[in-house]
Amino acid sequence: MDSRRASRMVIDPKPKVRQVGFFTPGAPPERTKSSPAESLSSPPTSDMSPAGNSLSPVMIPPPRHASDNLSSSLGLNSSRVLPVPVPMSPIRRPSTGDNLNLPLGSYNPSESLLGTSLSPSSGFDDEGLSEDTSTSGWFVRGNPGKVASSFPSGGFDTTAMKSRNIPVVSNLTTVSVVKMPPGLSEKGGTLVEVQHEQVRDSKLKEKTSKAERRALQEAQRSAKAASRAEGSKTAATSGGVTAANAKPAKAKASQKKEGSSVASSDRKGPEKDRKKDVPHPRMQFDDKQRVEKAKRRAVVKQTEARNRVELFRHLPQYEHGTQLPDLESRFFQLEPMHPSVYKVGLQYLSGDTSGSNARCIAMLQAFKEAIKDYTTPPEKALGRDLTAKISSYVSFLIECRPLSISMGYAIRFLKNRIAKLPLTFSETEAKATLCSDIDRFINEKIILADKAIVKHAVTKIRDGDVLLIYGSSCVIEMILLHAHELGRQFRVVVVDSRPKLEGKALLRRLVSKGLCCTYTHINALSYIMHEVTLVFLGASSVLCNGTVYSRVGTACVAMVAHAFRLPVLICCEAYKFHERVQLDSICSNELGDPDVIAKVPGREDVDHLENWANNENLQLLNLMYDVTPSDYVSMIITDYGMIPPTSVPVIVREYRREHLWM
Amino acid sequence: MPDTQSLVNDFVIKLKRRKVEGSHATARQTAELLRSVISQQRVPYTNQAGALIDAVKAVGEQLVAANPVELAVGNIVRRVLHIIREEDISLATNAIGGLGLSVGSDDEDDAAKDDHPALSAAAVAAAFRSTLRPPSLHALLEGVPDSGAVPHASSSGGDSEGKSKSADKSTRSRKLKHDVIEAINELIQDIDTCHEQIAEQAVEHIHQNEVILTLGRSRTVMEFLCAAKEKKRSFRVFVAEGAPRYQGHVLAKELVARGLQTTVITDSAVFAMISRVNMVIIGAHAIMANGGVIAPVGLNMVALAAQRHAVPFVVVGGSHKLCPLYPHNPEVLLNDLKSPSELLDFGEFSDCMNFSSGNGAPLLHVVNPAFDYVPPNLVSLFITDTGGHNPSYMYRLIADYYSAEDLSLQQRPASGN
Repeated sequence: MDSRRASRMVIDPKPKVRQVGFFTPGAPPERTKSSPAESLSSPPTSDMSPAGNSLSPVMIPPPRHASDNLSSSLGLNSSRVLPVPVPMSPIRRPSTGDNLNLPLGSYNPSESLLGTSLSPSSGFDDEGLSEDTSTSGWFVRGNPGKVASSFPSGGFDTTAMKSRNIPVVSNLTTVSVVKMPPGLSEKGGTLVEVQHEQVRDSKLKEKTSKAERRALQEAQRSAKAASRAEGSKTAATSGGVTAANAKPAKAKASQKKEGSSVASSDRKGPEKDRKKDVPHPRMQFDDKQRVEKAKRRAVVKQTEARNRVELFRHLPQYEHGTQLPDLESRFFQLEPMHPSVYKVGLQYLSGDTSGSNARCIAMLQAFKEAIKDYTTPPEKALGRDLTAKISSYVSFLIECRPLSISMGYAIRFLKNRIAKLPLTFSETEAKATLCSDIDRFINEKIILADKAIVKHAVTKIRDGDVLLIYGSSCVIEMILLHAHELGRQFRVVVVDSRPKLEGKALLRRLVSKGLCCTYTHINALSYIMHEVTLVFLGASSVLCNGTVYSRVGTACVAMVAHAFRLPVLICCEAYKFHERVQLDSICSNELGDPDVIAKVPGREDVDHLENWANNENLQLLNLMYDVTPSDYVSMIITDYGMIPPTSVPVIVREYRREHLWM
Repeated sequence: MPDTQSLVNDFVIKLKRRKVEGSHATARQTAELLRSVISQQRVPYTNQAGALIDAVKAVGEQLVAANPVELAVGNIVRRVLHIIREEDISLATNAIGGLGLSVGSDDEDDAAKDDHPALSAAAVAAAFRSTLRPPSLHALLEGVPDSGAVPHASSSGGDSEGKSKSADKSTRSRKLKHDVIEAINELIQDIDTCHEQIAEQAVEHIHQNEVILTLGRSRTVMEFLCAAKEKKRSFRVFVAEGAPRYQGHVLAKELVARGLQTTVITDSAVFAMISRVNMVIIGAHAIMANGGVIAPVGLNMVALAAQRHAVPFVVVGGSHKLCPLYPHNPEVLLNDLKSPSELLDFGEFSDCMNFSSGNGAPLLHVVNPAFDYVPPNLVSLFITDTGGHNPSYMYRLIADYYSAEDLSLQQRPASGN
């Protein structure tokens, strides 16, 4: 991480050099230029393609930029219209998707300073001026303009096409930031500017978490340090010049623009890296302050469950059964919520839709409906407004039930797509594109992936096998049915556990299809395991350290199978892989309704725990997931093939790249 | 005799219908039944012990056949047989010691008696029971086999009993029956008090702030935990509910009533929670001679999880749960399959019952075993009313309570008659 950042920092100075341009020797600048050139060169129509070409890691930085551009465009009018820049905007825009997650500009103040300092210096020579003017337009095009200006001087590098592209893009934005040496900043920045920035900053700051801000600061500091060497040089050269800046007003405007854009872009670079390595920290529900804040925003009225288990204070646990009627009664009042989203939320809440695939599909379909019915309000950009809408839907769904990992991925995908919509698209076009994107996601990531998994898994089933399955996983059901269709002779042991007893429904479906089934409960595992030859398990997610995050009890099944030396095959679509790591089932989990533990359906004689909530010594714990250690897992079957658990990080890495390509 | 027969029949029916739940209740009722059988038994003048043994065995065989899975029945029958033999030997010892008839006998029992001719019945019994009795120096020097090999000794002891008994008269017969009944009363008392004796050791094993996991319900575990609680230890208990019987709910209710911090979890969450557990304490259905445990279903899973996380797996159980048998294929022979209706509602699934494969075999099977076998290597410690023991020591403990000749309770009468 550090090394990477450092390298980037190193790169950054070069751009600065480039801007100063004529002073510094050419080699590094050329490279940097080449990238902008490349972006420029790409025809406007091929908005998507540049993104595609650029490697995944880079993607995010450009979006930041774009968002800034957007905001700036909202605020100010573009004085000049450049035909070239238009294509660029789509590329940048993806960042908006992230905006929701990542607060903007927490870091702004320092950034702005940097920006201001920069502009004067750049303003000095012709190149700099042109750049400034373009940027001063507060337009998205500003960047392209910059690029254009730089372009002539820099050689056109085709080699830049490589993965480097992305860093280059980020460089573009960051260049100005890097430039400003601490000393310089005073000269360029005017008070007005600073104030302006700060106001904005404070606004933005709310959104960013402390950790993020710190990360940013750190990154910037290091960037500064790296640039300082260069900066001192440039300062020496340009220092005198800046003082005598001819067009302060313009410089100001440009600075501001630059500063903000830079800030965003710069922040994005390191943050992206960081984010990649360290997933966004989840909400910890023992953090009173944040819980309070979240509560105020909540749509769903939730009352804290009583008698909570000490170990799980950090997880949300609410009084179940109270939200549903409440929500239902407010069905017609919930203005912002689209009915289909609302419906899905209720389904989550009531448990009618469960299973990560089913939930993911239901959510995407609901979003599709919502997008179809969406109209951009006047004076708002579709990209931004729709993203905000989706976010509000998502937070509503979270209130109904915490997201599964697969859903998180799907949401990221959708926001990404919205962010990447070309600005030129009309609303209907954009909506059609998004709907087809959603369909494509469902099709490729879930349905086709399942088919691929089935194809792989069926090869592992031989005649005479006794397969043990646990709970109810749709992909495993498909595998079994497919193997049955192929005429394989095998038996199935369906293991089930309280409180959901999902296996019953699965058992019924299997038996009605003519499969020979044995049904038992999880306690009888050791008894039944003697006859089993193969264990198939589904997963909610596979984490980067190879552990399998799945329905509670999966770990028990895998453990007993391991003790009996039976192969344990995990079937999981690759879109459910996640870069998070987890060692136990306690740090991150989901708590279900504790009341269902006290009641045993169909067994009225088991009523010992009635009124359990009245005794504070008694708690009921309804864990939803557990974590299966990777050494219990023989193989993970994904749409990419059959892999050992140690290869999960590889898939995550490669897959992530692909995700960016989409 | 007829009334004992009806008593026996009643109990057999109860066992068959699984009306008697739990090894403790079964053990106690078996002991009481055998006591009445013995007291009703007319004793011949000759070979009294033999007659008693035959009677007990005949009853015992019926009882064991009624519920072969309830090992406590067999255990108690064997214990009673052992008691009869012991009492008889001690009486014989007294008599022999008095008459000085032991000369020329090369039996090990007699050899032991030679060493201590004037021992009382209790002392002899104690000598038999004491597990660590060193071989006597005399025996070592003379090359006489010592009574350290108790099981074998007592098997050959039967003959000598018979011989020596024939010499005795009615006073002795009364005494034998009386002694045996006394001893059985003691046994019953032992069974009744085993919970307290085990619970007394609780403070030695449970420390402050401990987190304990248990599954299902065991009265022994409950008393054990409560005893520690009464000693002002504060700790937390996770109770896995133990589907499909949900006895964990009952245990949780009882524990909470005694003021313990209790959390009920589903059985499937055992693996998730075990990483935060300091000790697993469970009750056993039976403890086998190899140190393995027949326990309520689900405990093998718990034991495996505990082993994975290096959590001590402690089994508490009274000595009536010690079974002198070795578990061969325990899943099949020592298990009890219960009604599938506990898992699946027949009404709900009646439509699935019709499906069958081509040859008429049903497609749907439901397995609902009652017990699990936990191999000895997964058990960290046994706590019985005689203290804590390693699994590897169980065979020796068992040798104290049972005569080797009674081990084959079922086959012998079958082949003999």
